[in-house]
Amino acid sequence: MRAFARLLDCLVYTQSRNRKVALLGRYFRTAPDPDRGWALAALTDGVPIRLPLRRMLTDLVSRFIDPVLYRLSRDYVGDTAETVSLLWPDQAVTPTASLAPTPDSSPQGGGELGEASSDSIAAPHPDPLLASGERESAQAHHPSRPSHQALRQSSLDAAATSPLPLTGRGRGRGEDAREKSLQLSLDLNPTPSPSPQGVGEKRAVAAGVHAASDDKRFEERDEPAYLSLGHVISEMSTGTTAERTERLGWFLDRLDASGRWALLKLLGGAPRVGVSARLARTALAESYGRDVSEIEEIWHALEPPYLDLFAWLDGKADRPDPGAKPVFRPVMLAHPIEDEDWPKLMPEDFVAEWKWDGIRVQIVARGGEVRMFSRQGDDISGAFPEIRSAFLGHDCVVDGELLVMRDGEIAPFNDLQQRLNRKTVTPKMMTAYPPHVRLYDLLFDGHEDLRTLPFSVRRARLETWHARHHPRLTDVSPLVAFTTFEELNALWSSARAEGIEGLMLKRRDSAYQAGRIKGQWFKWKRAALTLDCVLMYAQRGSGKRSSYYSDYTFGVWRDDESGERQLVPVGKAYSGFTDEELLQLDRWIRNNTTETFGPVRAVEPGIVLEVAFDAVQSSTRHKSGVAMRFPRIHRIRWDKPAAEADTLETVLRLAGAASVATQAVSQT
Amino acid sequence: MNSVSPAVDTWLYPRDAGLYCEPGGFYIDPHRSVDRAIITHGHSDHARSGHGAVLATRETIEIMKVRYGENCAGAFEPQALGAPISINGVSVRLAPAGHILGSAQVVLEWAGKRAVISGDYKRAFDPTCVPFELVPCDVFVTEATFALPVFRHEKAEHEVEKLLGSMAAEPDRTHLIGAYNLGKCQRMIRVIRDAGYDEPIYLHGAVIALTELYQRLGVELGELRPATDSGAKSLRGGIVMCPPSALGDRWSRRFGDPVNAFASGWMRVRGRARQHGVELPLVVSDHVDWPELIATVTEVGAEEIWVTHGREDALVYYLSTLGRKARALALVGREEEAE
Repeated sequence: MRAFARLLDCLVYTQSRNRKVALLGRYFRTAPDPDRGWALAALTDGVPIRLPLRRMLTDLVSRFIDPVLYRLSRDYVGDTAETVSLLWPDQAVTPTASLAPTPDSSPQGGGELGEASSDSIAAPHPDPLLASGERESAQAHHPSRPSHQALRQSSLDAAATSPLPLTGRGRGRGEDAREKSLQLSLDLNPTPSPSPQGVGEKRAVAAGVHAASDDKRFEERDEPAYLSLGHVISEMSTGTTAERTERLGWFLDRLDASGRWALLKLLGGAPRVGVSARLARTALAESYGRDVSEIEEIWHALEPPYLDLFAWLDGKADRPDPGAKPVFRPVMLAHPIEDEDWPKLMPEDFVAEWKWDGIRVQIVARGGEVRMFSRQGDDISGAFPEIRSAFLGHDCVVDGELLVMRDGEIAPFNDLQQRLNRKTVTPKMMTAYPPHVRLYDLLFDGHEDLRTLPFSVRRARLETWHARHHPRLTDVSPLVAFTTFEELNALWSSARAEGIEGLMLKRRDSAYQAGRIKGQWFKWKRAALTLDCVLMYAQRGSGKRSSYYSDYTFGVWRDDESGERQLVPVGKAYSGFTDEELLQLDRWIRNNTTETFGPVRAVEPGIVLEVAFDAVQSSTRHKSGVAMRFPRIHRIRWDKPAAEADTLETVLRLAGAASVATQAVSQT
Repeated sequence: MNSVSPAVDTWLYPRDAGLYCEPGGFYIDPHRSVDRAIITHGHSDHARSGHGAVLATRETIEIMKVRYGENCAGAFEPQALGAPISINGVSVRLAPAGHILGSAQVVLEWAGKRAVISGDYKRAFDPTCVPFELVPCDVFVTEATFALPVFRHEKAEHEVEKLLGSMAAEPDRTHLIGAYNLGKCQRMIRVIRDAGYDEPIYLHGAVIALTELYQRLGVELGELRPATDSGAKSLRGGIVMCPPSALGDRWSRRFGDPVNAFASGWMRVRGRARQHGVELPLVVSDHVDWPELIATVTEVGAEEIWVTHGREDALVYYLSTLGRKARALALVGREEEAE
């Protein structure tokens, strides 16, 4: 648990992606099986244990802390797992396994607590509420572990009586501390420990006085085996809720604050340490010099603790075979087309199709199971039972765009968003936001892998396949006929529709390959629209930009009821400017702030930003009633007075034009 | 003590300017200027300028002069720790509070009752100041900055080992340590020295004057250099002390890609640390944590506990469940976050 806790702690405080990848990689390469697999599960799909964790914790916590104090604490901390980990009484963590019982010999039920009351009479404060502190609690509830109290008390006494230490109470242990700090460093190969006795001594002191954190990064050395992730998971996997509650308490007793937090994050799912499932898999692949697609292709056929996966990565076994399970195939992506690409492209080599404004998905139906994956390989089937049911009984892998569609009309992207990032879905949402899949490609027909075939052949197979099977809630994305690129340009520049994000150009002979393959597929986004907007608010960025005001909310003018002109926000952007421009903007913002709200500053209306965007959509969430899609800063108009920026009328006109264009496209 | 003597709150009570001792005619840590003030310690929410006369420890007076100028009060009455004096018949004694250099509790005795106004205090070891003295009393006035059971501070020595470990692991990055510029900053430097770190430590402009004062008052802090005059190269891999507000501010850009550390009791809670964009939280506080607070309040044996600033709701509630008389003293002008 210690190594895992250390990992989570580091991840929480690290903002750089590369550093996170390095931390994860180091953990995966050094932690033992099956712990690293459980850790990987915790960071991706969750460990497969379902516990009423909140209820169990409330039960445990109520035994030593007043409910009002608990509520006040949780309100302050804002996270149950962290609150409990901080509140839980620190025990004298036993440095060696031999001194501690195994969970099996731990008392069942509330026996330990029952016996405690007699012992607590000896404590200075018989009230068990004091257990929320640490001394008396150790005494009252865990009579077998008194050492912590003794240490803490004696240090207080010493502080109260020691003479004036102003001239410095040098510990004369400088060398020692330095040497220890070197041992604490992030070593890929942990240095061999000095004499075990010496380490044990230091550890015992550290554990007794401040068990709350230990800096041995990713070392499980001399942590008792019963605290391994594997053992914790196996103990928490079986038994009644009451039994598991006692076991959970037993484990919490044996961990420090950071370990308790990690344990609860391990069991609770979604540890929220700034690592996506995709990033965890990427880090794993990179640390073993593999491409992440090699893992993603088999990921959904694997199960925690992923022993077969690690055996393969370690070179000890073949790559796991997904067999008949529905697994994700890494998707083929397109490059944005650049001006210099055009001369190299022959129109007859390409087909064109609309790039629909939804999310790219892959649907895998096999052996009575259906999965829908996002482009990143996340299984999003749970939130779309309609799609699962539509593909049930089929045997295929298809590539397409997930949309919300009503009466044959594609709904704004915002509608689709209502259904994303959910584990389950309500019947009401299913009615309000009906999904639809517009198919682009056929990767597998039955067991036949079509991916090496040219696009033109796959396309023909897709049309035949769809005509024969026609799964509900699907259609085939139509090809756009053209003979010259000029013709194509004219055709689609008129089609600035809400459902269309751009145009795809696919080489007729392109095989379906993972990733962005040069020269095969291009995405041709429409020339952006631009508006002159006024900077209204600026927010500090994160990571490298944390000292800069780099996220900008901008607005346009409108007349209010009394005829006064005022700015209303229409969008927010944080890209499209150079580092030099960022510096200039940052300086200007600091000098022209009117109000500060935490990391956000309101500024004078004095900077005009020429904002590029793909479309304007109506929005009930914005005061202006509209929202921009994909806004980015195109230019900073230092020259233009704020009063001459665009008005809401202009924006609404663009939104109106868009909806007209939608109808035009849907008629073609 | 005399059981028929008048209740303490008849002669010691909050007025608009702050806590007032009526028979003595003085305030303790008033937040606006008064004729006569006793100041517990130099933090700006306790020590303000413009009083007629200030009684405090010599160190606190020196701190006030550095912060507000030589003439920040009409008169100064330096008072040594331990020796009682009489002001209008009220016995006044300063007892060490263990909070920062010069910090004192104010022990008042009048009409057979003793009240202790502890100011801010801690029980943990601090090599830069005199440790807290436990003074039994009838009324104990306490802070409640960290009065929630989730707050348990680490030993500063342990957190400094964490810092040195991080420096060894990231030898090319400058470690920027945000710390309150009076007390915390100097304590951190001192503990870093005691851990055997001998390299020069660099200072942000805002911490220089008070740090130099600490040195003049006899706290050994080793070689210190202004960060702004030092080349970026010499700072690489080194330690720079700065006020917390400088972390993530423009000033910090000169260090390239520094490790932002923050030494504060608030760092106990991850959300708070992340809010500040801190990569290396150091849980070091100059206030009592929850166990120390409860222990102290219990050990002084006071009949009544008056709670000033911080999370008084939790503390007052908890003490009442223990059957103790506790109440919140509504004192304005105390800063909760300055740690």
